[in-house]
Amino acid sequence: MAALGESTPATVGLAIVLLWATLAVLAPLIAPYPPNASDLAALAHATPSRTHWLGTDHVGRDLLSRILWGARPVLVIAPLAVLGAAALGSLLGLTAGYYGRWIGIVITRACDIVLSFPVIILYMIILAHFGSSAWNIIGVLTLTKAPIIARIVRGMTLDLREREYVAAAKMRGESALYIMLVEILPNARGPLVVDMCLRTGYNVIIIGVLGFLGIGLPPPDPDWGGMVKDTYGMMMVWPHMALVPCAAISSLVVGFNLLAVGLRELGLRD
Amino acid sequence: MTDAPLLDVQGLRVAYTTRAGEVPVLTGLDLSLRAGEALGLVGESGCGKSTVALSIMRYLGRAGRITAGRILFEGRDLVSLDDGALRALRGRRIAMVYQDPMASLNPVMTVGRQLMEVPMVHERVDAAAARARALAMLREVRLADPEAVMDRYPHQLSGGQQQRIVIAMALIAEPALLIMDEPTTGLDVTVEAAVLDLVRDLRRRHDSAILFISHNLGTVARVCDRVGVMYRGELVEEGSVRQIFTDPRHPYTRGLLDCLPTSGRDKRHAPLIPIAGQVEPASARTPGCGFASRCPHVETGRCTTRAIALATVEDDAGHRVACVRVDELAQAARRRATLAVRDAQAPTAPVIAVRDLHKSYERRRARLAARKDVVRALVDIELTAARRRTLAVVGESGCGKSTLAKILTGIEVATGGSVTLDGIEVAALPVDARDRTLKRKLQMVFQNPDSTLNPSHTVGYAIGRALRRLRERAPADVPSGVARLLEVVKLGPEMAARRPRQLSGGEKQRVAIARALAGDPDVIVADEPVSALDVSVQAAVINLLNEIQAERGTTLLFISHDLAVVRYLADHVAVMYLGTVAEFGAVERVFAPPYHPYTEALLSAVPVLDPDAAASRIVLEAPLPRGDEVPRGCPFATRCPRRVGTVCDDVPPPVQQLDGGHRIACHIPAKELAARQVPL
Repeated sequence: MAALGESTPATVGLAIVLLWATLAVLAPLIAPYPPNASDLAALAHATPSRTHWLGTDHVGRDLLSRILWGARPVLVIAPLAVLGAAALGSLLGLTAGYYGRWIGIVITRACDIVLSFPVIILYMIILAHFGSSAWNIIGVLTLTKAPIIARIVRGMTLDLREREYVAAAKMRGESALYIMLVEILPNARGPLVVDMCLRTGYNVIIIGVLGFLGIGLPPPDPDWGGMVKDTYGMMMVWPHMALVPCAAISSLVVGFNLLAVGLRELGLRD
Repeated sequence: MTDAPLLDVQGLRVAYTTRAGEVPVLTGLDLSLRAGEALGLVGESGCGKSTVALSIMRYLGRAGRITAGRILFEGRDLVSLDDGALRALRGRRIAMVYQDPMASLNPVMTVGRQLMEVPMVHERVDAAAARARALAMLREVRLADPEAVMDRYPHQLSGGQQQRIVIAMALIAEPALLIMDEPTTGLDVTVEAAVLDLVRDLRRRHDSAILFISHNLGTVARVCDRVGVMYRGELVEEGSVRQIFTDPRHPYTRGLLDCLPTSGRDKRHAPLIPIAGQVEPASARTPGCGFASRCPHVETGRCTTRAIALATVEDDAGHRVACVRVDELAQAARRRATLAVRDAQAPTAPVIAVRDLHKSYERRRARLAARKDVVRALVDIELTAARRRTLAVVGESGCGKSTLAKILTGIEVATGGSVTLDGIEVAALPVDARDRTLKRKLQMVFQNPDSTLNPSHTVGYAIGRALRRLRERAPADVPSGVARLLEVVKLGPEMAARRPRQLSGGEKQRVAIARALAGDPDVIVADEPVSALDVSVQAAVINLLNEIQAERGTTLLFISHDLAVVRYLADHVAVMYLGTVAEFGAVERVFAPPYHPYTEALLSAVPVLDPDAAASRIVLEAPLPRGDEVPRGCPFATRCPRRVGTVCDDVPPPVQQLDGGHRIACHIPAKELAARQVPL
């Protein structure tokens, strides 16, 4: 962690991500209003004011409070989905790369099939069918992101399995599972961590998109994408209602991207 | 000596900016080069030799910076020249040849175009004239069929041919100074010999001065007039080739020469003398002599308080040494290690016997193609390794020596024939199918120190895991076992907590040896274990392998391309060429006539440290044949200098059994070979 300070992008990215994480954790304490409480009196002056720092939305709910509360599901779902995808993808990638031959071909082709699907349509089908909940979103993101991770890990495994320490492990009779998990995977972690960071950012976008399409987290609890969907029609009159959640999404994505860029930079230096 | 030198480097200081701040790499280097002269710059990795070359070219990159000094070239100071003036010099007056020819050639342009570009850009000659010049140059670097070579792309040429092209590109502008940075390091020994001969020959014709950088003292002796020895960014000794190699004065130069397995030495008579300690990082510089911490003659005070300048040795013009004790040491005898002379070794029973071994790979010509190419990696291999002895397998890249190791270890399985290990047939037994006792019997030490240890694991884990798997040690006993093994390879117990990136190349190789020893194996297969190491480290590792063999009675199968090391270390030698055993026998028989013509060529290609080395050497000009060009008869027929006729191409050579189990696969009768060959 100390090394992160040596890369400017990593420092800035980490600061943004940590800021959002802190705000999310402290939301119950620092949010000035309950997230779903309407202040009908404020509707007349929805724009930012002394009582509502970021203004209110179209039904008089405090935007600042909703943004703070809305950070909580995003910062739980996006990383969990990435962890799920990393676990599943690593396993698939290691197996495909280590065994090659038909096992490798079957896994790679299966991944290609998933990747060739237009994901938004996939989300709509699955979420419409199973209903929209945090766990279902995590599941869907895990399934669609795992093939990308698998592809990365497979590529690294193809290279790493030829290393002499892998031959040495075989010569002392290690199992294939040991070689994959203990000898190969730890050495793939650099690019993997970078990609996980990047993918967390992408997940934030997708969660926003799902909310915007109305298949994200069910209302009325605040959801950044949902907030944009509810208010973008009023863009000409009250632009802040849609722009504030958009800015929240963007800043978090930028944070994760910068972190990924910084990590890659540090990785290259070693 | 009235005229000014062509190149005069004065007090050059270069520093690299790293995360830890600015690290000085060159600390006040002086050297000069007269027109037409060849100066060799030698030293171990990290001593700053390449930085010298890059400073002269002003190619230091963003991290490197010249902090002081002047580089006078033809009277102009290169340090203060602007980019435009430098561009006019580079390639035209100063040219450089790098280690990896593929990195210097553009893969999407024919080599002909790349050659023509040089005169077209620098001298603005037209295409026809440039083409004529390029063709003439290709003829000069002795490439067969230059017209055809002009239209080839770099990947269609062999490594040796590529390096010839790069040399041709460097010389086509008739530069006054040619800088060569390890130009033959990646090449096989026979190809290296041919390239070195070429450089020597071209020097005479072109009158270019050469700055020849190499870690290999033998190659320098072959090409240069003068030698500079570098250590930690300083020139510690400089003189003519003869002065340096016959009368070295600096303790570091002496140390370097003493750890070389030169001819005439073998493990039974004189062990190699490694230099104590290891090169300290440039950031840990102390005042005084940079070599002080490793020098056997160091004197606290005189040696360690102030910088030591190069001074001319008394009565020896042109020989300069940076050592305050040079006059006292002149009398001091060179260190000679003494080791009890072992008795002539009685033959022992074979532990490995290889008979009729075949290995071929199938390769489809193209996807879905019905026809498959069969690449024959090993053909009819026959050899034995005696218990407690060292069998060396030598040969150039692609001769099948690593494939042989893979079959022995079970990483690959043979396609035919038999390999027995203590009487157990293992040729078709992959490593997964071998039981624990069999796995324990045979372990391996690998070539590349950087990939032999898992960077994610500590040294203790790597060795401990081997103990647990091969010896079924209880977890509680593992740390003591690790410490004992580290002691065997002369490393402290504190090493167990380190990770590979905190170790030097030599230390990594020692850890790898400790890991291989964990199962207390009968046989250790060592695949080029020292070829990636600096000479002083190499000497220590070779000594270690010898000691382990003497103490534990381990049989060593030592795979190498380095004949000097093999001659020093081996009891028996198998010389391999393109998947066949050309010659096999006890080391003293293989390294004496009669030789197989290939062994003869290999031996004569080894760069020796003798400045008076005879010129009558065998140079293999033809490249290694590609898979489909290997003759049906003797695989060496396409390059053999003693080829007798079409019989060589068509009929596989008979294996002649000579005294003491010595075998030569050649059509020429051994008696006739012996009569025509001289000892090398």
